[in-house]
Amino acid sequence: MKRSLLLAMLLTSSLAPSARAANEADYKAAYAAAEAASKEAAGMRNQWTVTVSALAAAKKAADGGDFDRATAAAKEAEALAKASIFQAASEKEAWKAMEIR
Amino acid sequence: MRTRSALLLGSLSAALVAFVLTSPRVIAADKVDPVADAKAFQNFFFQKFPNVKHEDFVNGPYSMNEDMKRQWQEKEEFPPYEFALDAGKEMFATPFKNGKTYADCFPNGGVGIRQNYPYFDEKDGKVVTLELALNRCREANGEAPYSYVKDEMASLTAYMAYTSRGKLMDIKIPDDPRALAAFENGKRYFYTRRGQMNFSCASCHVQSPGERIRAEILAPALGILNAMPIYRSEWSGMGTTSRRFVTCNSQTRAVPLEPQADEYRDVEFFLSYVANGLPISGPGARP
Repeated sequence: MKRSLLLAMLLTSSLAPSARAANEADYKAAYAAAEAASKEAAGMRNQWTVTVSALAAAKKAADGGDFDRATAAAKEAEALAKASIFQAASEKEAWKAMEIR
Repeated sequence: MRTRSALLLGSLSAALVAFVLTSPRVIAADKVDPVADAKAFQNFFFQKFPNVKHEDFVNGPYSMNEDMKRQWQEKEEFPPYEFALDAGKEMFATPFKNGKTYADCFPNGGVGIRQNYPYFDEKDGKVVTLELALNRCREANGEAPYSYVKDEMASLTAYMAYTSRGKLMDIKIPDDPRALAAFENGKRYFYTRRGQMNFSCASCHVQSPGERIRAEILAPALGILNAMPIYRSEWSGMGTTSRRFVTCNSQTRAVPLEPQADEYRDVEFFLSYVANGLPISGPGARP
């Protein structure tokens, strides 16, 4: 009984870091990554409106001190920006498949 | 030995024939050929909609749906763009502070020339749209340029389109590699998917004209700019070609480019060129 309790405590403590609340540093790192990807997409002239909205939502949440929400929104913005970069890169050739010939 | 030589010679000949047969195709696919593109573009729509009169494509969704067409024809008795038309006529005739007018900036005094825009300016090496030419005219005469997406520009282009109604679109591509590059760039922009919705212009206006997207019936791409500018009930006002491109981009959740960006000018060049021979019908009215 004692041993299983100890195991359970160890397991809980090993999982705890992944479930902890995000802090300002987490948000700043996530936002910087999202901003860099977003700038790359804009440079390809293929920015998405939803990326801009997610970045704005991240900033707003961070300004209000809600770093959980801010970090999640920044991560979403980064994923969206990366998708738009992929789209721009693949469409460099893929558009030809749609052309009327 | 003789058999082996014969086999080798035969294989070489077959390879040579195959190379000769396939190589022109590769070259043709890479060559910019606006005449062939326009022919293929028009044929696509003529074959897809064999019952639509060719000159009717410029009426957008009304060419695709009889009920809508009847409603539009009734609306045309008191068209919603009439106020813009009157305003445009007055603006066009009103002298600038220096005493000159728009008529001084355009061939034939600006009357009946809509079908020649956009054109490729060989001096500048770029496409010049009617909206751009109007603002250049204003600036050359010491006036501030108008917004490309607001009422004044729509009124002016509405008047100029009205004086050109029925004239056939007549865009010329000069024998200049930069003009061909602009045409190709416009074509690329037209077919390129963008935005979170992953839509290209062609997704709606080539693949789905006549289909509904929510409450709207999609217009065919062929002749789509011949009706510009348009009064849109959805906008409760007039809209320029620039406004149309900007809103199309937003609807696909792509951040629009700045009005009169090179890409927009080039796509206007491409779409207008492939509509050569179809009449100007602007200003138009759309739901």
